[in-house]
Amino acid sequence: MNLKKIKPAMLLILSVVVLLAARPMGYNVGDTVADFKLKNVDGKSVSLSDYKTGKGVILIFDCNTCPVSKGYNERILALDQKFASKGFPVVAVNPNSPEVSPGDGFDEMVSYAKKKKYTFAYLADENQEVATAFGASNTPHVFVLKKDGDKFKVAYIGAIDNNSRDGSAADKKYVEDAVNALIEGKEIPVAKTKAIGCTIKWKNS
Amino acid sequence: MKFLTLLPIILLASLASAQTTIVKFDHLEKLLADRTRDKIQIVNFWATWCAPCVKELPIFEQYQQANAGNAHVILISLDYADKVDKVNAFVKKKNLKCEVLLLDETDGNSWIDKVEPSWGGAIPATIIINPKTGRRKFVEKELKEGDLELLVNELL
Repeated sequence: MNLKKIKPAMLLILSVVVLLAARPMGYNVGDTVADFKLKNVDGKSVSLSDYKTGKGVILIFDCNTCPVSKGYNERILALDQKFASKGFPVVAVNPNSPEVSPGDGFDEMVSYAKKKKYTFAYLADENQEVATAFGASNTPHVFVLKKDGDKFKVAYIGAIDNNSRDGSAADKKYVEDAVNALIEGKEIPVAKTKAIGCTIKWKNS
Repeated sequence: MKFLTLLPIILLASLASAQTTIVKFDHLEKLLADRTRDKIQIVNFWATWCAPCVKELPIFEQYQQANAGNAHVILISLDYADKVDKVNAFVKKKNLKCEVLLLDETDGNSWIDKVEPSWGGAIPATIIINPKTGRRKFVEKELKEGDLELLVNELL
């Protein structure tokens, strides 16, 4: 065996493995999304494929307990009000483990949605599989999905706007701009943003 | 002259009750890039409203006390600047000894990548810097007992 020949090849394989392992998991802009089925606060199961008749979905990882989420609550309701009729309804997914964050249990979600008069689905991601598949890291974390044939593709990932404290002071409305661009068939101005949010309360491993 | 006689009093007063200094991102950026510092810099991003952040604060406090000679902990509060009184009250109540700064920036997208490109924006998050080598460690999760020692050791 020629060790000199094998070594560089092994190093190459090793570095590829390391690179893959270091790559953050989850979807990127342009990726096709796998369908999922989760329990809604009305007790019924909701799948992403249920939204096939529309143009897309404003999927938001959100929760009951995060102060940033609370700050965005009205703005999320406004997004659904504005865009559901245009084919882009809001779908909220709560990824938090109720064992770690007791305020995010299913019963708490039901009463929160009632209190806030949610006009959209609020789904419990009990096994945290959807949050893991998407690579969601915090709440609120938005994934704007556009329908592509009978699949959904990620069109935008990130924040709702550029002012978490005060929506009226936000001068960049990332999600609105992205959805409007999709409706008008234009290119999305900013397809990926970041914002400070509460870490998703992952189950204790 | 008047200022000079007042200076010790001002300094003493600031030592007696830790006050949170409000900074903009340029201040933080300089601090993160400062290679002239001797000690390991431990920069933790937290907020009074973030439960896992509050939970891990004692780890930083204990580490700072035990390693005052070779490490410097800076707690960067991401509370809104109009809530600085709340942060000050929190610092006092918890008797925090570490340096506390409040980052007055509401547009995370303008600065998160400049701190660390792999950071998704969730807090708690901690960056540990060895200014002598420029090497860094970044963690986007709540630290448990012993984690900080391991992370610092990897940079020595």
